[in-house]
Amino acid sequence: MAAVLVDKLKAVLEDILGGLDGCALAPQAGGLVLRVPRDYIVDILIALRDRDEASMTMLMDVCGVDYPMRDKRFDVVYQLLSLHYNWRLTVCLETDEITPVPSVASVYASAGWFEREVFDLFGITFKGHPDLRRILTDYDFIGHPLRRDFPLTGFTETRYDDLTRRVVSSEPVHLQQDYRAFDARSPWQGMTDVQKRETE
Amino acid sequence: MTEPVQVSLVDKNGKVGDPFTINMGPQHPAAHGVLRLILEMDGEIVERADPHIGLLHRGTEKLIEHKTYTQALPYFDRLDYVSPMASEQCFSLAVERLLGITPPLRAQCIRILFAEITRLLNHILAVTTFALDLGAITPALWGFEEREKLMGFYERVSGARMHANYIRPGGVARDLPDGLLDDIWAFTTPFLTFLDDLETLLTDNRIFKQRTVDIGIITKEQALDWGLSGAMLRATGVAWDLRKSQPYDGYETYDFDIPIGKTGDCYARYLVRMEEMRQSVRIIRQCTQRMPQGRVMVDDHKIAMPEREAIESSMEALIHHFKLASEGYHVPAGATYTAIEAPKGEFGVYLVSDGTNKPYRCKIRAPSFAHLQVLPLLSKDHMLADVVAIIGSLDIVFGEIDR
Repeated sequence: MAAVLVDKLKAVLEDILGGLDGCALAPQAGGLVLRVPRDYIVDILIALRDRDEASMTMLMDVCGVDYPMRDKRFDVVYQLLSLHYNWRLTVCLETDEITPVPSVASVYASAGWFEREVFDLFGITFKGHPDLRRILTDYDFIGHPLRRDFPLTGFTETRYDDLTRRVVSSEPVHLQQDYRAFDARSPWQGMTDVQKRETE
Repeated sequence: MTEPVQVSLVDKNGKVGDPFTINMGPQHPAAHGVLRLILEMDGEIVERADPHIGLLHRGTEKLIEHKTYTQALPYFDRLDYVSPMASEQCFSLAVERLLGITPPLRAQCIRILFAEITRLLNHILAVTTFALDLGAITPALWGFEEREKLMGFYERVSGARMHANYIRPGGVARDLPDGLLDDIWAFTTPFLTFLDDLETLLTDNRIFKQRTVDIGIITKEQALDWGLSGAMLRATGVAWDLRKSQPYDGYETYDFDIPIGKTGDCYARYLVRMEEMRQSVRIIRQCTQRMPQGRVMVDDHKIAMPEREAIESSMEALIHHFKLASEGYHVPAGATYTAIEAPKGEFGVYLVSDGTNKPYRCKIRAPSFAHLQVLPLLSKDHMLADVVAIIGSLDIVFGEIDR
């Protein structure tokens, strides 16, 4: 996004939010990110959609990010787009495992499946969602695979049982060889040149 | 010949019965993959459609979190396997944005050349299988012959016909082989004739129009509300294309038009795709004419592999090769949402980096996912046979829906 647009969007957002408590605007590679309190998300998205000076008519994506070390471990990230002004905004809120996030499916119809996906993969619940079912994982799946503490191999494995002539999917995973996650954070600093150059 | 069975939901007491539930898929040939559709029917009219997806879920986003940036790239070929290089380009642009690098001009031109070849690959499949769903076999037979030639170009440039792994962060994997540009140029003229021939089969075809005109209409407001993009959005009359509005890799320097539809029905989506192919040919011709000389990868061996000859003679190049092949490069901490105009619509990557050599989170925004979501809306109050037409016109691929 062009720097002119970023500045203009920043001014518009500061005007709309008007120093609302808990809102913070920060730059992000190629745009802006707005952090908002969890309970205000519906009102803020309605304002961003309906106010002519923001005109965020489209919700392109909703996704979760898991930070297990944090108190409120999840980020829910909304990607907004305005066709009229040709700008994008990332809206971000923090939540924990138990408290539901207000659903924005009533604001943007596209949020329906996006929120179902976040619920499925992270276990974040959405209050007021019309149809909160699992979407990507199997019908009888247990757990939320994109959480950082969910192992890459999963907990159970699936096979076809010749004797009973049906698929068995409740047996624990048996690996011939342990999964090896190579930690490449070596003391050798040669590869971090890129980072240094970025900050200078 | 058997007597046609008349099914009436009204019994002899005048009471209306429960809707009839049909399970369509997941192995139905018109489902374009593994779509399971639960349809509640009132006679032959669809009352409610409930798509069940996830039968092709491979956990791509989880796998990417455990791979270095270089190793993550091939997964993008396998998302939208009808247009592999478009997804690669999006991931590469996202990584480049976090790294703060720009690929050389020649690499950008090659990327656009192959992005447009990819668009042809995708639209040929979309249009011809759409026609196939409606009972026309000839377009598919003709179309796949052209796809074969395009996949030949893929093979010559990357060694693979589908899963190319060619567009990489920092540029492209290798330079074009000799004579490829001439062959691509020679391909374009007969291809335009092919498009004309294809249109004689479909555009004014009475059966095709009866099955598509006024079927699955979506309005401009609905399209925005449901987050549609690409040909789906343009068919409703919204002039929106990321190649024009938020250009990447130098699209702003090319001369091409954005076709838009008026009615937002299946027929408009077909017409938009046909015209987009002609515009793609225009861009491909411009690419072959102006292809600049120079490198195809950034000149920074902390990110890009050194040349094969250098590895054999230079100690430093050998070390770079070893570190890149084992550890990969580190990407500065940060987050970015990068979107491109993939053939199907807005393909986006939300990439979160924590400064290590592996993505912390890589969310893939697939256009087909948003498009399939409107299927219940589009197919309501249509006949069962129209559901097939609507699915065909959505241009969905389950590789990227289920991820």
